[in-house]
Amino acid sequence: MTHPVVPVRTYALVFLALIVLTVTTVAVSKLELGEYNFICAMTIAVIKASLVVWFFMHVRNATSMTRLFVVAALFWMAILFVFTLSDYASRGWLPKPSWW
Amino acid sequence: MADIDISAAAHHGEVPGLKHHFDDAEQQYDTSTLGMWVFLITEIMFFGGMFASYTIYRNMYPGAFASTSRFMDVTLGAINTAVLIFSSFTMVLGVRSAQLGRKKPLIVYLLMTMALGCVFLGIKYVEYHTKWVEHHIPGPGFHYADAQYVHQAQILFFLYFAMTGMHAMHMIVGLGLVGTLVVMAARNRFSKEWYTPVDIIGLYWHFVDIVWIFLFPLLYLIGHTS
Repeated sequence: MTHPVVPVRTYALVFLALIVLTVTTVAVSKLELGEYNFICAMTIAVIKASLVVWFFMHVRNATSMTRLFVVAALFWMAILFVFTLSDYASRGWLPKPSWW
Repeated sequence: MADIDISAAAHHGEVPGLKHHFDDAEQQYDTSTLGMWVFLITEIMFFGGMFASYTIYRNMYPGAFASTSRFMDVTLGAINTAVLIFSSFTMVLGVRSAQLGRKKPLIVYLLMTMALGCVFLGIKYVEYHTKWVEHHIPGPGFHYADAQYVHQAQILFFLYFAMTGMHAMHMIVGLGLVGTLVVMAARNRFSKEWYTPVDIIGLYWHFVDIVWIFLFPLLYLIGHTS
């Protein structure tokens, strides 16, 4: 098979980045940032997950079809969250109808 | 010891592992990768449901959530995150060794991955044991110091056990799969031309790592300052 062999250096750098991000996310969680604690923690988690998907899971060298499926997964996740949370978030927005 | 080129196991000039319904090894490889991703998408949706319910209950009971997150051991959680990231690193190096047809490094990296997986589960056991001793297992034996949150806290501890428990179950399955790879590698089943199982199980292992990458901040980090 003709798949490019990624140099160990690349993997080592990704590994280091993941460890640094883990330390960062723990350090940031010790600060009092209010809502930003959640935003920072999730941003770092998304960056870490993207590094794993892109380099370790070889999406960088994957076919367009595989990439499309990965994006589809994110899209379905978005449907799951947006539809479910829009229900919970919008409860009580409208008054009860008179016939209820 | 020098690396042994396991592609020598390929005999008769045929591509080992190539099924007759594929045009060539490349097409078979792409198909296997895509198939594994489809499976991983179902896994993403499976964990996604739990992440969604976590999000809902966290927004419903923010006070109880903040009070339960004090009982999560951030140090152990962070160590486990590092252990899993390290295991993903050894796994990817194993896949690389398989690509290059190097049998001995492949087996060594796979065994390292398994060892790190066991360390993760061991630390997880210590955490579960602490929860057991502190009566933080949801159910009739549940005790909670803060009486006003005794019911809501059970929901959040239930989510904690459901999510980390399902993750740990995936780790155990992963250990079995990687163990199978070790046996296959030792029997010279892989070559430069065909190492698809190593690649595919590598994808699974990294996926389980990603689930933990999200579980760690959500369960251990958020809310423990407020």
